[in-house]
Amino acid sequence: MSTVLYIPGDSAALALGADEVAHALKVEALARKLDLTIIRNGSRGLFWLEPMLEVVTPAGRIAYGPVTPGDVPGLLADNFLHGDKNHPLYLGKPEEIPYLKNQERLTFARCGIIDPTDIEDYIAHDGYRGLKNATGMQGADIVDAVTESGLRGRGGASFPTGIKWKTVLGCESDQKYIVCNADEGDSGTFADRMIMEGDPFLLVDGMTIAGLAVGATKGFIYIRSEYPDAYRLMEQAIVSANRKGYLGPNVMGSGKAFDLELRLGAGAYICGEETSLLESLEGKRGMVRAKPPLPAIKGLFGKPTVINNVLSFVAVPTILDKGAAFYKDFGLGRSRGTMPLQLAGNIRHGGLVEKAFGITLRQVIEEFGGGTASGKPLRAVQVGGPLGAYFPDALLDTPLDYEAMAAAKGMLGHGGIVVFDDSVDLSLQARFAMEFCAIESCGKCTPCRIGSTRGVEVIDRIRNDENRQKNIELLADLCDTMLDGSLCALGGLTPFPVQSAIRHFPEDFNRPSAAKRAAAE
Amino acid sequence: MSGLAAANSPARSWDNDAALSIVQEKKSLDGALMPILHALNDKFGYVDASVVPVIAEELNLSRAEVHGVLTFYHDFRKEPAGRHVIKICRAEACQSMAGRDLEEHVKRHLRIGMGETTPDKHFTVEAVYCLGLCACSPAMSIDGKLHGRVTPQRFDALMAEKRS
Ligand SMILES: Cc1cc2nc3c(=O)[nH]c(=O)nc-3n(C[C@H](O)[C@H](O)[C@H](O)COP(=O)(O)O)c2cc1C
Ligand code: SF4
Repeated sequence: MSTVLYIPGDSAALALGADEVAHALKVEALARKLDLTIIRNGSRGLFWLEPMLEVVTPAGRIAYGPVTPGDVPGLLADNFLHGDKNHPLYLGKPEEIPYLKNQERLTFARCGIIDPTDIEDYIAHDGYRGLKNATGMQGADIVDAVTESGLRGRGGASFPTGIKWKTVLGCESDQKYIVCNADEGDSGTFADRMIMEGDPFLLVDGMTIAGLAVGATKGFIYIRSEYPDAYRLMEQAIVSANRKGYLGPNVMGSGKAFDLELRLGAGAYICGEETSLLESLEGKRGMVRAKPPLPAIKGLFGKPTVINNVLSFVAVPTILDKGAAFYKDFGLGRSRGTMPLQLAGNIRHGGLVEKAFGITLRQVIEEFGGGTASGKPLRAVQVGGPLGAYFPDALLDTPLDYEAMAAAKGMLGHGGIVVFDDSVDLSLQARFAMEFCAIESCGKCTPCRIGSTRGVEVIDRIRNDENRQKNIELLADLCDTMLDGSLCALGGLTPFPVQSAIRHFPEDFNRPSAAKRAAAE
Repeated sequence: MSGLAAANSPARSWDNDAALSIVQEKKSLDGALMPILHALNDKFGYVDASVVPVIAEELNLSRAEVHGVLTFYHDFRKEPAGRHVIKICRAEACQSMAGRDLEEHVKRHLRIGMGETTPDKHFTVEAVYCLGLCACSPAMSIDGKLHGRVTPQRFDALMAEKRS
């Protein structure tokens, strides 16, 4: 009988050599005349253990990792196919690894477990139960369930998803659209990518439910071009879903139609901003539109449009399957449900941590992350992407929920957590925030387009100890101008990382200039 | 279509007829301009300026509109890249793992700056802002293949493979 092995096809696993391991397995299996079936799953999100190989044994799946191609002959010679406990790479049952065991995986329940190319595997793991329920409901009832669940947008702005859907439902129009924002531009984030690569049918499921809810028959997924593997897997999923009647003219026999198309971004961060994304989908430059009109009322091609982040759509099947109350039971205050956090940067155990809202930054970094990768003391943490604040150790007890983060002058954003050790120079990080804004600005507002370039120059002068005090004041003014005079959050929030760096790490803006340091040496 | 090999495919010589047929094949898509530009970029490794009036005519747009879109997006090349394209992530997660040092090393190794191509047209180095590999930084892609936790030594070894 064939032994079944899982080796991830997730991009991060690929970047760590998963394809080479799969190839070595095939070569060795041939040489040893072993009958192996190799499935390319998504990642479980324990990236320090990737490539993580799992073998199916009578006792369940047993994991080994991180595996290199050089480990493969030894693994196959040993008793690994039967779950050998004595192998140095033995990890045991993946679900028993504390990092996974201590999570609350609702959205990521299947990621890393199923074969992302096999719709039957998705269905066998409770897939399409949410959609099945939705086909028997009125659109307004679906919207109500989403509203009651407390789900707020996971893309950054945290707007209540149900309210957005309700607006679109209430619009009369010959055509409405569902658009998925899969532009995931924030450094430190990869949850959208993992879902698209590890559980793509879940996104199809969630978007189809949205279509039924608001009466839209067509959807687009806008995927950044940096994610070719996600694109390919989503493409396959859409083909399978069409073939099996989960997409197309008669979704699950409901008599209702829903079609999905994919579009690729082209390397512009600003196209993650929803109106810029819509412009890009229409085939234009990604210039931000003024709001109002809201996309919900005048969105893609001028039609009422639901636009949500990947993580917002993929929370919905659970809500429709298990009920709004079930989902709402996780979390606290106005942050309900679970949040897929992404632990990144200088962290020992980087990966995907899905937890109910309320866990603190310190708990995630210490209990899950295990401290810095370098072993040096942690000095700063940037939460929420390039527009998010830098937090010092003193703020690490902030709970990771929307309100608490905002109260600490930060934001949760898309849930990216980037850890820095004590080699970081926050004046350089502030400079990068301005530089990034200058590179990615759509160019519509002067404070964003010109102010950011001026910001880089001013920070350079501060770093060079030229008129330091005056330039620090100038930088503060510049930040205020950007905050007030920008149409969207790129220009409007770039001051956050800059000001937080100055506020919490003033010493980094008060060091001797490079020239003085060189002279002293 | 995918547009996925974009910027990674070796440059092929521009062919007006092939370009026109790509434009015609895609022009009925909703928001056809982006898929068209991706397909051209994919096929030829860049988008030749001579196609701008062709697209404008087929899509009923002004030349300025087509040109505006072509130049707005970082992905669309105006000229062919080197044989091998190295994209280095410059974003924060990679910075936290000595990404800046890696970037300097790469530029020194190839003796070119970001966005440049070596005189022998073998290598092009470009910045990318996040490859979604932030839990295994620093990251880069070489000819579309992803690499995580790249050290300068590992980069040198990868380059030796490309040169051999
Ligand atoms: C500069 C900028 C970049 C953004 N990038 C993204 C992104 O990559 N992905 C995303 O889902 N939302 C992004 N957003 C937020 C979107 O504008 C929008 O709020 C989101 O797509 C709404 O979906 P949600 O309610 O499900 O979060 C960005 C916003 C700004 C201002
Ligand atoms: S703030 Fe910047 S990116 Fe946003 S609309 Fe203005 S110029 Fe464009």
